[in-house]
Amino acid sequence: MSVLLIAEHNNNEVRPFTLNAITAASQIDQDLHVLVIGKKIDAVSKSISEIPNVKKVIAVDNEIYENYLAENFTPVIIKHSENYSHIVCSANTFGKNLMPRVAALLDTSQVSDIIKVISPDTFLRPIYAGNAFATVKSNDKKKCITIRPTSFDPAQTSGGSAEIIKAEKEEATSLTKFIKREEVKSDRPELGTARIVISGGRGMASGENFKLITAIADKLNAAIGASRAAVDAGYITNDHQVGQTGKVVVPDLYIAVGISGAIQHLAGMKESKIIVAINKDGEAPIFSVADYGLEADLFEALPQFLEELNKLNTIQK
Amino acid sequence: MKILVAVKRVIDYNVQVRVKEDGTGVVTENVKMSTNPPDDNAIEEAVKIKESGKAKEIVAITVGEDKAQETVRKALAVGADRGIHIKVDGTIEPLAVSKILQKIVDKEKPDLIFMGKQAIDDDCNQTGQMLAALLNWPQATFASKIEVKDKSLEVTREVDEGLETIEVNIPAIVTCDLRLNEPRYASLPNIMKAKKKPIEQINGSELGIDIKPRIEQIKVEEPPKRKAGIKVASVAELVQKLKNEAKVI
Repeated sequence: MSVLLIAEHNNNEVRPFTLNAITAASQIDQDLHVLVIGKKIDAVSKSISEIPNVKKVIAVDNEIYENYLAENFTPVIIKHSENYSHIVCSANTFGKNLMPRVAALLDTSQVSDIIKVISPDTFLRPIYAGNAFATVKSNDKKKCITIRPTSFDPAQTSGGSAEIIKAEKEEATSLTKFIKREEVKSDRPELGTARIVISGGRGMASGENFKLITAIADKLNAAIGASRAAVDAGYITNDHQVGQTGKVVVPDLYIAVGISGAIQHLAGMKESKIIVAINKDGEAPIFSVADYGLEADLFEALPQFLEELNKLNTIQK
Repeated sequence: MKILVAVKRVIDYNVQVRVKEDGTGVVTENVKMSTNPPDDNAIEEAVKIKESGKAKEIVAITVGEDKAQETVRKALAVGADRGIHIKVDGTIEPLAVSKILQKIVDKEKPDLIFMGKQAIDDDCNQTGQMLAALLNWPQATFASKIEVKDKSLEVTREVDEGLETIEVNIPAIVTCDLRLNEPRYASLPNIMKAKKKPIEQINGSELGIDIKPRIEQIKVEEPPKRKAGIKVASVAELVQKLKNEAKVI
């Protein structure tokens, strides 16, 4: 039994969730190999080879893999899948897009978004937006698994020296063409891995008002999140969305501002260690999951919050 | 052009789901059911394309028990032309659904297949990608914008880093994000008209596909409950608690 993990990277660096997926994968089996598919990926392959949990790296380097098209990645994964009992990757948009395409061709019923490895064939996964946890056992010979990264700690990144094997490319697709990627560049911590997240909802009333949140995020070195309502209303871009169909975050501190707390939003943040809710509606469902609730008008509370933070001598970053 | 739209009947998104005491699943008796929300976006997009003159026919399809027909009927009321109901009972996994859809695609030969990116019950996010693999079609997942070109679609996808745009050759599969459009409500006259539109019923067991579940559901339980929090009276108290009690700032 061996596990093959598909690395997520940007051709220059390993994306952080790959490290969380590696932790989960090595709980399935210690014999963990990582498949790195991309363009000019020597640095990525090398850094993965230094992760102590990784026993072998297979690198497939070609310009056709620059933009991670599932149509191009899939034949490579299928080709290398033969010797493995499990094919795994993170359950973010990269893995969600890719893994089912692989699973179908392997005739495997995929287990999506696991939050715990109970045994090599049995896993815990949330269903119904996290309102129920299902323990499921896969009876397929070869298993395809996606891993909810925030449910596992990131793997150590140094001390290992796995062998790197280069493998040939497979045929490129003519069906799909990459056109462009609009990434929002930011100096802030990534939403998925930040220690503190402050999110705004419909109550923010405009995109302009998000500056109240930005100011506090700057002070706390926090990532900025949003409810779907705020993204739909155009206050902020989609990459900030927290929830069932957005990102799942598990920070030490989650501050929900002007967010009522729809089931779909709670699905993305209710595992956070400490939750703060600021909302003028005392009956808002967000208060049912909040450790500290403040019933107040956010337009008064946020400037005060910043003022109080400024009074503190030290702030953990 | 012909568009096949797959829809699923799920527990309504506003319902607070409850886990059954015996751990076999969640309570579905006397619970409001409706169409999986992003499937409504899939139907809406197909109807918009048809209204623009770029598609001739929309076929709505569902896989499920008898009552799943309601979702097809709803799709007919907002603009689908005819429906297909593949009748199956019990649990059906995305792999099996995609194999069923593959059979129907062989027969119907649609140019495009639309569906929601994820069903809000099992949260699997698999069927569209699996069907694309089985058909060897291109896939455009998590779509928030679709532009129909001559022989291709230009699709904007919502990804973790922001937005990505790809071009997929037709025939193609698109899985739809909630931000793709604003689904319309069916008008009463259209609901009445939809009652006359045909729904073909096919028994899932007659398709010659193994649709038995491969994944055993051992138990379903409630997630651990958070301990009750407190209300604070002021911002100053909140900051003091975060600093000295929770020690997170």
